[in-house]
Amino acid sequence: MAQAAAVAKPPPPPRRRRASAAPRRLPYLLIAPAALLMLGFIAYPVISVFYYSLQNYNPTKPWRNGFAGTENFVQIFTKDPQFWDTLTFSAKWVFVEVGLQLLFGLALALIVNQTFVGRALGRALVFSPWAVSGVLTSAIWVLLYNSQTGITRYLADMGIGSYGTSWLSDTSTVFPAAIVADLWRGVPFFAILILADLQSVSKDLYEAAEVDGASRLKQFWHITLPHLKDAIVLSTLLRAVWEFNNVDLLYTLTGGGPAGETTTLPLYIANTSVDAHNFGYASALTTVAFVILLFCSIVYLRLSKFGGEQK
Amino acid sequence: MITEIAPAPDRVASEPARPRRKRRAWDEVPRWHIYLPLSLYLLFTLVPFYWILLFALRPAGSTSLVPWPMTFDHFDKVWNERAFATFFQNSVLVGIATLVMTTLVALAGGYALARFDFRVKKAFMLALLCTQFVPGALLLVPLFEIFAKLQMINSLGSVIIAETVFQLPLSMILISGFIRNVPASLEEAAWVDGCNRFTAFRIVVLPLLRPGLIAVGSFAFVHAWNHFLFALMFLSDQGKQTIPVGLNTLMSADSVDLGALAAGGIIAAVPVVIVFAFIQKWLITGFSAGAVKG
Repeated sequence: MAQAAAVAKPPPPPRRRRASAAPRRLPYLLIAPAALLMLGFIAYPVISVFYYSLQNYNPTKPWRNGFAGTENFVQIFTKDPQFWDTLTFSAKWVFVEVGLQLLFGLALALIVNQTFVGRALGRALVFSPWAVSGVLTSAIWVLLYNSQTGITRYLADMGIGSYGTSWLSDTSTVFPAAIVADLWRGVPFFAILILADLQSVSKDLYEAAEVDGASRLKQFWHITLPHLKDAIVLSTLLRAVWEFNNVDLLYTLTGGGPAGETTTLPLYIANTSVDAHNFGYASALTTVAFVILLFCSIVYLRLSKFGGEQK
Repeated sequence: MITEIAPAPDRVASEPARPRRKRRAWDEVPRWHIYLPLSLYLLFTLVPFYWILLFALRPAGSTSLVPWPMTFDHFDKVWNERAFATFFQNSVLVGIATLVMTTLVALAGGYALARFDFRVKKAFMLALLCTQFVPGALLLVPLFEIFAKLQMINSLGSVIIAETVFQLPLSMILISGFIRNVPASLEEAAWVDGCNRFTAFRIVVLPLLRPGLIAVGSFAFVHAWNHFLFALMFLSDQGKQTIPVGLNTLMSADSVDLGALAAGGIIAAVPVVIVFAFIQKWLITGFSAGAVKG
């Protein structure tokens, strides 16, 4: 991402336009609306989260409000098993989701990158869940997992699974059930991005490899994969952050249940702030989540040597 | 969907679809290597869609696997009794307002980033990237307090602003990439011909940005249309709510009316499906065109 800042247009254009003073102020005027919006509605909330994290702040218990120092953080790390449970679940959720989405997305992109009859239609259909919202995904899978009339009932007719319980209300099936629902919507994201990147692999490389007698598997391994590497690193990272933060699907699909089995850290935070009104504690949890995310992202970018080869 | 950043191959936004070249090596892929996995995956993709259509169109209580006899009672019910007509209007308003605001603000900022060197540019770019790690969901409480102070709780404006703000950074990064792909010399030539900066931008650059702007605008619309939490938190009045909130209400009822839920889901899906069909061909090129390219 350093390249983004370092881009100064290739050959510096002749600066003959310096005559008027306007261009000097112009860039600031142009970014002003965006900067103001982001300051007011992202930066300020973030700062207030940091501030509240050091406070006891609960509108329903005003007599306890006040400076708390590190009290909230001590509580999180030493006395809150739910924090560790939800953090573990979040990690598991992100890891499994992103891993499977990448795997299927890559396979799918490679397939629809071939030339075959019906490709345009195939692409459109395969990508279509991408546009579907988390809530709608939940609605669809609630219908599918419904115990009376869902697809699980028909599967039970065929001897797969059992009658009577929804996969979403059984602690042993809820994780895979939720994973599949989110995969349905998440795989197209990777497929689209990887397919876009595949468009720019030089065909000459394949032709040269062909001449040298390299097998398709070898071509994939030595040409396609290295080419895709940066795209894969970046999209998995962004997707991981997104999967970690996103609460739409689990909130509406399982509500974090049954028995808190599918509560992610952000869901726990939302419950703490919205239901329990414990804003101070929720802010401290948010701060911890930020730090964890940032740390993991930096480690991930370092380990994967992102953008290493080109520069 | 805030976090969708595309890889950055070197292509110009306006480049027409490249002529299909023969790819000998890959053309030898046996057909069933394509069709078999593709069909299996399509099954996984399409069965859920079929299922929701089925529930929306067959009479309540039916267990038939084909939507016959067909009924539109469920649609009638959600649209009129469950206020989806109102939700739909609100969602359209939020979606379009977010699209317009995001595109305009991001276009201005993106142009500045692409064409100028200025003092805070690096810091600003860094801030844009950092926002990708800031989860909107975790800022609900402070955002709520801000909108309460602005007296915007229960007004669609709060949701529009919130959606725009979280859509902006990525849109701006994408658009500045698209603009950078348009050679600056084109603009300079227009200046020489007597255009001012704005006119030159409007007649020379803007037409070339079309595919990219369509992609960015559609993301903003689809994202605002789909997003749920801000609307849930900031709009308590039923007459102000949006479709995702309406769907959630249907789902969290004590006994879920599956037919109504399915019909509501279809209503939620129609606009995004139309947008999707419309932008499909721009999706791949739009993404591969600009993206985070430096």
